[in-house]
Order: sequence, then C-alpha cells, then structure tokens
Amino acid sequence: MPKKPKKIRVLLAKPGLDGHDRGIKVIAAAFRDAGMEVIYTGLRQTPEMIVDAAVQEDVDAVGISILSGAHMTLFPAILDEMKRRGADEILLFGGGIIPDEDIEELEKMGVARLFTPGAPTDDVINYLRKAVEAKKSDEEVM
Amino acid sequence: MTLLERFELGDIRALSRLISHIENRDTDFQKLLGRLYRRAGRSIRIGVTGPPGAGKSTLVNSLARLCLDDSQSVGIIAVDPTSPFTGGALLGDRVRMGDFPTDGSVFFRSMATRGASGGLASATDNVAILYDAFGFDITLIETVGVGQVELDIIDTCDIVVVVIVPESGDAVQMLKAGLMEIADVYCMNKADRPGAERLVADLRNTLQTQAMVRASATSEGKLSAHHHTLAGSEDSDATVPIIQTEAVNNKNIDTLHKAIFDHLKKIRESGFFEQDRRRRLRKKILSILSNRFQAEFVNGLASEDELDRAIDQIASGQSNPYDISAQLFEHFLNRN
Ligand SMILES: Nc1nc2c(ncn2[C@@H]2O[C@H](COP(=O)(O)OP(=O)(O)O)[C@@H](O)[C@H]2O)c(=O)[nH]1
Ligand SMILES: [Mg+2]
Repeated sequence: MPKKPKKIRVLLAKPGLDGHDRGIKVIAAAFRDAGMEVIYTGLRQTPEMIVDAAVQEDVDAVGISILSGAHMTLFPAILDEMKRRGADEILLFGGGIIPDEDIEELEKMGVARLFTPGAPTDDVINYLRKAVEAKKSDEEVM
Repeated sequence: MTLLERFELGDIRALSRLISHIENRDTDFQKLLGRLYRRAGRSIRIGVTGPPGAGKSTLVNSLARLCLDDSQSVGIIAVDPTSPFTGGALLGDRVRMGDFPTDGSVFFRSMATRGASGGLASATDNVAILYDAFGFDITLIETVGVGQVELDIIDTCDIVVVVIVPESGDAVQMLKAGLMEIADVYCMNKADRPGAERLVADLRNTLQTQAMVRASATSEGKLSAHHHTLAGSEDSDATVPIIQTEAVNNKNIDTLHKAIFDHLKKIRESGFFEQDRRRRLRKKILSILSNRFQAEFVNGLASEDELDRAIDQIASGQSNPYDISAQLFEHFLNRN
C-alpha cells in the first residue's frame, strides 16, 4: 500500500493577557482546511501550560500569536521549557507585531519562523508542510 | 533508549510519541501493543457521550479533578471529528481543561476520528490500552457527540455516562436516538436551565417502563445487549440513575462521581464487569482479524485490471455485481 503523508498536528496558543481570539481561530480553520489536525488551547496560557500541552498532544509544531509586545520574554520562555521537557524538536513558530530586529534575534535563539501580520495563511501552511517534512527522527520504538 | 524502554520508566514524552505511532498505524504497532498488553487491565474506563455542547468536556474536567482528589491518576481521551473533505480537524476540547498539575497525574490527548463513524477514532481503544499500561487509574473518554447514538463507546468502556440537557427534547426522542440503551448513568447537565425537572421526570418514567419490559425479557433467560445486569439477577429491574448537574458551576459533580463509582462497585459484585470485558475482548479479536483480513484481502482479491474488466462485463450486460463477486472470491480462494 502506498504510504500516506504523515498527518500534521499543530498546537495553537495565545499566551498573555491580551484580548480576543478571533485571529487565532481564523488561522486554526485555515490549517484544518489544509488537512491538519489543529489543537486549540484557548487564551491566557503560560509557557509551562503550552509546552505541557504540546508534549501530551505530540504536535509537530506550536504556533503562538502575540500582540501584547511580550514576545522577547514569551518565546524564549517557551524555548527553555521545551528544552527542559526534552521536546525541543517541536517547531516553534509565531506571528504578531514584532520588529525586524527582534525577529532576527528570536530566530537565532531557535524560533523556527515568525510571520508578521498580513502574511497570507497559504504561506504559513506551505512553510509548515515543508518544515515538518524536513524533520528527521532517529528514535527507536522497541 | 527506545521509546518503549522510556515508556516503561514512566516518561510522558515517550507515552505521547507511542500514541502517535499507534494512531498512525506505523509498522509493528500491533507488536508494540502486544508487548505492552500484559501491563494493562487495571485502569477503569469511563465513557462520556451526548450531543454537542451538552457540557461533556466541562464534565470530564470536573470528574478528573475529583478522581485526583481521591489520589487516582487520570488519562483523558477527547475525540473530535475529522472533516471528510479535507482530512483536517479542529480539536478544541482542551479549552475546557482547567490548570491541572503538570506532574504527570493527568494526561490529556485530543484525537480526530480519521474516518471512523462510531463516535470514537478507530485507534481510541488501543490508546486506552496504552494509558492502562502506563498506569493511569482512571481513563476518561469523551466521544465526538453528534446527538446520534455513538456505539463505539460501549465496546470501549466499562461504564457509559450519557449527558443530556434540557434542550435534548423528550424521552421518546432520546429513545429513538438510541441513547437509552447505552447509559449506565444519566447526567442531566445544565440543570440551571428551564425544563430540566420536566425532562428528568419524563426520562425516569420512560426508564421505569423499560425496566419492566426488560425484567420480563430477562426472566426468560435472555441477556439484554448492554444493560449492566446479569440475566435473572436480583436487580434487573433497577433503573439507571439520573443525576442533575451544573458543570460550569461545578455543582453536583460529586454526586455524579459517586453514582459512577457506585455503579462500578455494583457491576463488579454482580460479575457483569468481567463478563462485559470478555464480551469486548471477543469483539476486539474479531475486529483485529477482520481488519487484517480486509487489508490483505483488498490487496489480494482483485487487481485494478481485474476490477476494470469486471465492470466492463457488467456494463455490457454480460454479468452482474453478484456473480462477478462470487467468481472473484473463488479465484482468490484457489490462489491461496
Ligand atoms: N448554563 C450552563 N452551561 C454549561 C453547563 N455546563 C457547560 N456549559 C457550557 O456549555 C458549553 C459547551 O460545553 P462543553 O463542555 O464544551 O460541551 P461539549 O461539546 O459537550 O464537550 C460551554 O460554553 C460551557 O461553559 C451548565 O451546567 N450550565
Ligand atoms: Mg467537548
């Protein structure tokens, strides 16, 4: 039997205290329509909660939406927590109003990719497909 | 270290990775389950089913907390539908989860149905076995919830809770939807809304009538399909408890929790618990066999060419689907 491409699982979260979740719900629907399994965790998640959920759900990628300006603390906190939980092969990507120099610095730290507002969801989807496919795993099951 | 070795040491990440291997039906996933199976058997499986928006996720969250209070660890599986058109799924049950300790005493996994239509994913039972082998005392399983009866749950769980709400209509409608036969405990959620009392009375009435009907059937030595009493046992006329709750306000969940565990005690004492697990095992074996058979059959039965030729013959009036199928089956048997 021909092997079907692996189902991509993504977790979407919106940490911090800022407002509503319309934007992230639009992204969630776009990912679902692109054939992905999207786990939505709701608002006001701490980095610990986000990574804990990502570990339990065994997602390929975690997408974070940040509008509050707290990106320089939140993204590094999530990266640290992923390392601590031995889950740093999970792709971390995100979007929000983030200045170019911060994007550069965050991507250097290990954030896989940051999108600025207005990036077409198709670009995000294509990026995710490629990035997930490129990941290699050398884990042994039994 | 292999994932299995890490799993055996209680590594959460390994559990989570193995769930994916099982969900994806990766090579040797059945061998893996076979290796783990001897560690399983202790976990109690509680299913929660009912229409969308009834409060299943909220209830599961509250029930999990009460189990934790009793020092029981909890594994949760929440199933949501896969879109038949895109293959994608939006898994949103996690939103209702409060902040639980991250020490591994609670584990939550969202699953998409991936084409299955009985209210669960086809891998749900296997994932529950994994939970069991990992050591969770209680396994809570939330079905998709489409309002129609979701029969997979009774072949997967020891106890089934059917959640209804004042808007669920009347008992006759529920009877038609098949929700009556599968419940061990009813949860009338959103009891804060008008109509709850009336619906409970209606339901109680209907259940009593049903119990009488069943009592007369079981006295003839028949065993009802999935009513958790043994044929001819003392309490074959006992009706199913109906518990009114307000999940959002965390009201009366302790009563629901108690009703579930009282029922567990009852079926353990009556022997139904073991008997039902044997019934499910029988089904499980047959289902593994038929899946295997189907997989090999579909590959081996007829090539695309043979099928095309068969369709040509039917289209030109020389044969029909029944004779062609019989011929292909003969060919297959002769070849093997
Ligand atoms: N009024 C009222 N609303 C509730 C109650 N329990 C849950 N809800 C709400 O019903 C909605 C659906 O709940 P959810 O647990 O997601 O339902 P599910 O689709 O069955 O899993 C949410 O907005 C809950 O807050 C209740 O007892 N009373
Ligand atoms: Mg739900």
